[in-house]
Amino acid sequence: MRPPSPSIPEKEFVVEALKQGLRLDGRAALEMRRPTLTFGPDLGWVDCSLGKTRVLAQVEAKMVKPPPERPFEGQITIHSEISPMASSEYEQGRPSEEEVTITRMLDKIIRRSDVVDKESLCIQSGQRVWNLRLTVHFLADSGNMLDCACLAAIVALKHFRRPEVEVVGDEVIVHPPTERAPMPLSMHHTPFCLTFAYFQDTSIPAILDPNRLEQRLSAGVMSIALNAQRELCVVQKAGGVPLPPTEILRIVGVSTEKSKELDKFVKERLEDDWKTRKVEVV
Amino acid sequence: MASRVEILNDGGFRSDGRKQYELRDIIIDLSQQGSADGSVVLSHGLTQVSASVFGPREAKMRSQTLHDRANINVEVTIAPFSMGERRKRSRNDKRVLDFASTIKATFEPAIQTSLYPRSQVDIYINVLQQDGGVLQACINATTLALAAAGIPLLDFVCAVTGGVQSASPLLDLTTLEENDIPHLTVAMMPRTGNITLLTMETRLHVDRFEEIFQLATSAGHVLHREMKAAIKDRTRTLVAAMSVAPKAVGEKDPVYSERMDDS
Repeated sequence: MRPPSPSIPEKEFVVEALKQGLRLDGRAALEMRRPTLTFGPDLGWVDCSLGKTRVLAQVEAKMVKPPPERPFEGQITIHSEISPMASSEYEQGRPSEEEVTITRMLDKIIRRSDVVDKESLCIQSGQRVWNLRLTVHFLADSGNMLDCACLAAIVALKHFRRPEVEVVGDEVIVHPPTERAPMPLSMHHTPFCLTFAYFQDTSIPAILDPNRLEQRLSAGVMSIALNAQRELCVVQKAGGVPLPPTEILRIVGVSTEKSKELDKFVKERLEDDWKTRKVEVV
Repeated sequence: MASRVEILNDGGFRSDGRKQYELRDIIIDLSQQGSADGSVVLSHGLTQVSASVFGPREAKMRSQTLHDRANINVEVTIAPFSMGERRKRSRNDKRVLDFASTIKATFEPAIQTSLYPRSQVDIYINVLQQDGGVLQACINATTLALAAAGIPLLDFVCAVTGGVQSASPLLDLTTLEENDIPHLTVAMMPRTGNITLLTMETRLHVDRFEEIFQLATSAGHVLHREMKAAIKDRTRTLVAAMSVAPKAVGEKDPVYSERMDDS
């Protein structure tokens, strides 16, 4: 059930305010909502919130037999379905356009850009590999679920520890966490996604991390996924208001700054959480 | 993971004999197909795509009509014989749906939909042969088909792919090149030079990105020239066929040719 479109006074107020460089929640045009990361009791369980937008990501691992054409690589599967819990406009079972966009972007960012080293997930080539299942639950939609989901997924992958395995001849021994400390995943890089919204009136500059109202009133979005080493992983600008190349390059420049900040923040939070856990073998 | 075939050799030639910035041969065939209002078969080298446009016509899907604009409906079919190995794709394949919604989003700002409220413009795209640059070919074919159908557009939408092979930028990539090097697809509107579509799915450093992005944008102008020439040519043929007095081929109609000469 589609929620009603924003009313005309709402729309005019937001657009006028943006023309003067003011956003409804008091942020600057290129200011992101402060992300909050909560780690669960399990390793690989992360609850990320950007303002009122909340996304939960969880990583699980199991051993499977690899397909014959790729005997040396592990597998990663991403499950992200938006349930009506996020908002009444999403229907269970029927993928809305936004859901297709988010699913495809997560797929591109995490799988296609090779975040996790799949060869390190191999236990016995041709016989046993790790299959990682990343499940993303969308708890609340208050705009920009994509950035929140991406952040939650990446942090969950960094937080997760897989059990240590030992291969003795033909036998595979899986050591439970009580016996041997579990191992982190081997990751090539850490991409972060940043979404910019822009409006029909070209005098309004692009805004970073739109909230729900801004997203509905926007005439287009551009999502950029990049890591702290200034490597772009995914750039997606489909339709919306046509932008001059200089504007696009400016936005790419802004994203490089923001991704460095996010990287620092994520590292700090992961370290803080790690201190509260006891992972040594007594 | 070294490639067996060199992407760019020391002499500056690519695997198919082109130079670095050379685009592939473009073949545009605007002849009528079926009952479509506008149709085209476009080839970029070995990549071949056919697009048919119907509309503006009465909306078939009542639930999706918009009270002040026309609804754009894009359906993409990738033929199972289009790639080396025969592969049938289901109708709800997420990749194909994403493709179609990307094309729809690209043309939303280009088509003057506000002129036809409560109607629908249907765009059916068939990918016949794939050799890299499929999205590029689909967008270019859609522009031509829309122009052939007489649907008012704000501007052409010209798309090009570009990639970087260890600091050397390349344009208009084939499958071999796309599998190997980071690449992006840009769709721009030549009159203003603004970008409607920019997609990149492979890792690329920001500095390299800037270079190839600027290059691909300027390559769009080259495509614009070709597409415009093809459309004008077709219009010339149609008008000559429709003219009342039988004219010899090549003879100029003074009024008409005066209007058609402004570029």
